[in-house]
Amino acid sequence: MQVRYFGWVRSRIGISKEEISLPTHIDTIALLIDFLKTRGSGYLQAFEEIENIRAAVNQEIAPHDTKIFEGDEVALFPPMTGG
Amino acid sequence: MIRVQKEDFDIGIELSKVLKSNTEIGGISSFVGIVREYFGDDQIKTMTLEHYPGMTEKTLHDLEIKARNRWDIKDVLIVHRYGTLEPGDQIVLVVTASSHREDALESCQFLIDWLKTDAPFWKLENRKSGLHWVSARTTDTDAASRWVANTDD
Repeated sequence: MQVRYFGWVRSRIGISKEEISLPTHIDTIALLIDFLKTRGSGYLQAFEEIENIRAAVNQEIAPHDTKIFEGDEVALFPPMTGG
Repeated sequence: MIRVQKEDFDIGIELSKVLKSNTEIGGISSFVGIVREYFGDDQIKTMTLEHYPGMTEKTLHDLEIKARNRWDIKDVLIVHRYGTLEPGDQIVLVVTASSHREDALESCQFLIDWLKTDAPFWKLENRKSGLHWVSARTTDTDAASRWVANTDD
């Protein structure tokens, strides 16, 4: 699965995207975030305030309980600040 | 029509293009967002806008459709820039044209309110005190959600 990061989620993790092989029990965005948090201090810092993490699945905003599948593009980022 | 670009835009040229697009237009409303020079007393040197290519265009297009379904508008233009900008630079342009002022004014405000909370852009300010990611403001979410409350009237 391709996972993309934006804003301070990206700057804390240090990369803008990566390819992740999903362990079979990881089937929601919330579980994916828990899984990513085991990958190092940058990830831990990025996902510290879970209430400030927004997600998109295949470029559509999605709540954290959304089911995810191997071929999906998942993006994790802070609340948007456009305009 | 929506455009996401690095380049600056000319408001006069954009407005006259909209004006010429349809002879039923009776009024045009526009909003231009500008980079401010200060955050409190901390001077902003540059502001870099990051976005999610693909999702940005899709989100802006969906907002245009929503505005067209809700108001009687003849034309819509949204131009949003990305990249590194300086104080005084233009960030975003929203133009709506209608036969009547109410539809033009309301749909323009609706678009800028929703664009702020829904379009995948993130601002990084390079201030005198260092680099700071701009935080989303709850007043922006409130401004957007008032349009949802209005549909229940």
